[in-house]
Amino acid sequence: MSDSVVEIENVSFGYQAGRRVLHEIDMRVPRGKLVGIMGQSGCGKTTLLRIIGAALRPTEGSARVLDVLTNELDGDALYALRCKMGMLFQFGALFTDMSVFDNVAFQMREHTDLPEDQIHDLVMMKLQAVGLRGAARRMPSELSGGMARRVALARASALDPQLMLYDEPFTGLDPISFGVIARLIRDMNDSLGATSIIVTHDVQEALDIVDYCYFVADGRMVAEGEPHAVRDSGQPFVEQFVHGKADGPVPFHYQAPAYGADLELESA
Amino acid sequence: MSENAVRGFFERIGRGVTARMWQLGYGARFLFYLVVHSGTALRRFRLTMREVYYAGVLSLVIILVSGLFVGMVLGLQGYETLQRFGASESLGVLVALSLVRELGPVVAGLLFASRAGSAITAEIGLMKATEQISAMEMMAVDPIARVVAPRFWGGVLSMPLLAALFSAMGIFGGYIVGVELIGIDRGAFWSQMQAAVDVREDILNGVIKSVVFGLAVSWIAVFEGYDATPTAEGVSRATTRTVVTSSLAILALDFVLTALMFTGGNAR
Repeated sequence: MSDSVVEIENVSFGYQAGRRVLHEIDMRVPRGKLVGIMGQSGCGKTTLLRIIGAALRPTEGSARVLDVLTNELDGDALYALRCKMGMLFQFGALFTDMSVFDNVAFQMREHTDLPEDQIHDLVMMKLQAVGLRGAARRMPSELSGGMARRVALARASALDPQLMLYDEPFTGLDPISFGVIARLIRDMNDSLGATSIIVTHDVQEALDIVDYCYFVADGRMVAEGEPHAVRDSGQPFVEQFVHGKADGPVPFHYQAPAYGADLELESA
Repeated sequence: MSENAVRGFFERIGRGVTARMWQLGYGARFLFYLVVHSGTALRRFRLTMREVYYAGVLSLVIILVSGLFVGMVLGLQGYETLQRFGASESLGVLVALSLVRELGPVVAGLLFASRAGSAITAEIGLMKATEQISAMEMMAVDPIARVVAPRFWGGVLSMPLLAALFSAMGIFGGYIVGVELIGIDRGAFWSQMQAAVDVREDILNGVIKSVVFGLAVSWIAVFEGYDATPTAEGVSRATTRTVVTSSLAILALDFVLTALMFTGGNAR
């Protein structure tokens, strides 16, 4: 068994031929670690997470996840791999026609033959871990954004996955919910003995909880390292991104023709 | 008209036809995959019964009320015509045959497409837009087997039952107008109907029509939902397409089926 849970080697990817969103990405995620993939919106980090989750196949290069090469997985092997993964979606993606309890119980009912009383106990333990045992009978529409994210976290960890994937878990949360989710992600990683990958642009808060981080810009891996090393790296992109500077390697202005030409002060 | 304009015109037609054929092929493959993966919907039949409730039971009010009014209008219009030929006591036959052979399956099918088909498309489309479908795939559960197939079979089962109830209610409406309000002989109304309506030629053919319409509407509804662009506008367009395509499909299929069942009055 390899020490790395995820090995991405020279991966490039494009949704359409000739238009790549990821270029020659290399990354490794060691077992038991919480690793962050950071970058601005639209840089390709969610696409990278989907490649790790085998929802997308690399156009070039190889992606090995939990010792399985995902490039050519067929339906059954893909689902077998996903049974070992949990994923938290950006806004939770709870099933709106099911109660909180049924959402968390969903995978247990689909993938195990456990009797209903055992499923009940397991669901209550999962909900207790995220502090929402009291909301078990509520419907997703009755939850706040932070609560929905916590339920989704309980659901994602229902089968004690070896690998947890988090897609922008902090988006749209108030500071208290933000802190709660961040602590839960760290605690869940340590208590489950799982490996976690978190994709986010909330860089300051994420750097507080991750063990290692990668920075993606324009579909390329531009920096990596442990949080304190990254903070002090002095690399222009990391500097701009970590400190939220308006201008730098990532320009403030979107690519455009000359300003004067648009104002018809000169010919284009 | 220049050569380029003519070429452009034919290219646009070609592109449109190719896109429609591609969509039809994709829809056919989708239906094949859906039928092959219907094991869950049939094994865990309560999933399908739940959809029978949403598609069928919740459509009862509109079906029964519409059936009643259609039957009452048939009674009035039929009497108007029949009494000119001194055949007003055949009103029961006219109402029953009109409903069982044509209006029952067709009008119930159109109402079913508007009430239940649109709801199915919107629900599946919104599940896609809110990443519930992706979440299910990441949990190693096939959404076509778990979400789409029960809705499809729920629709297929509901449609003939709704058409039968529509016809029954319509006959009752015809009875109220013909016998209770206008004063046609009750015995003649029922006995002529009983003598003229053939189980195989009339009722069975009507049931066959309603089953075919149920298959068509359910297929279109689940496909449009699953294929919807995952945005508010995309779901809205898909819902509209479901109603329009289903309605046209019902009317076209009705002609084809009627032509196939046509005996020129030689069957009896």
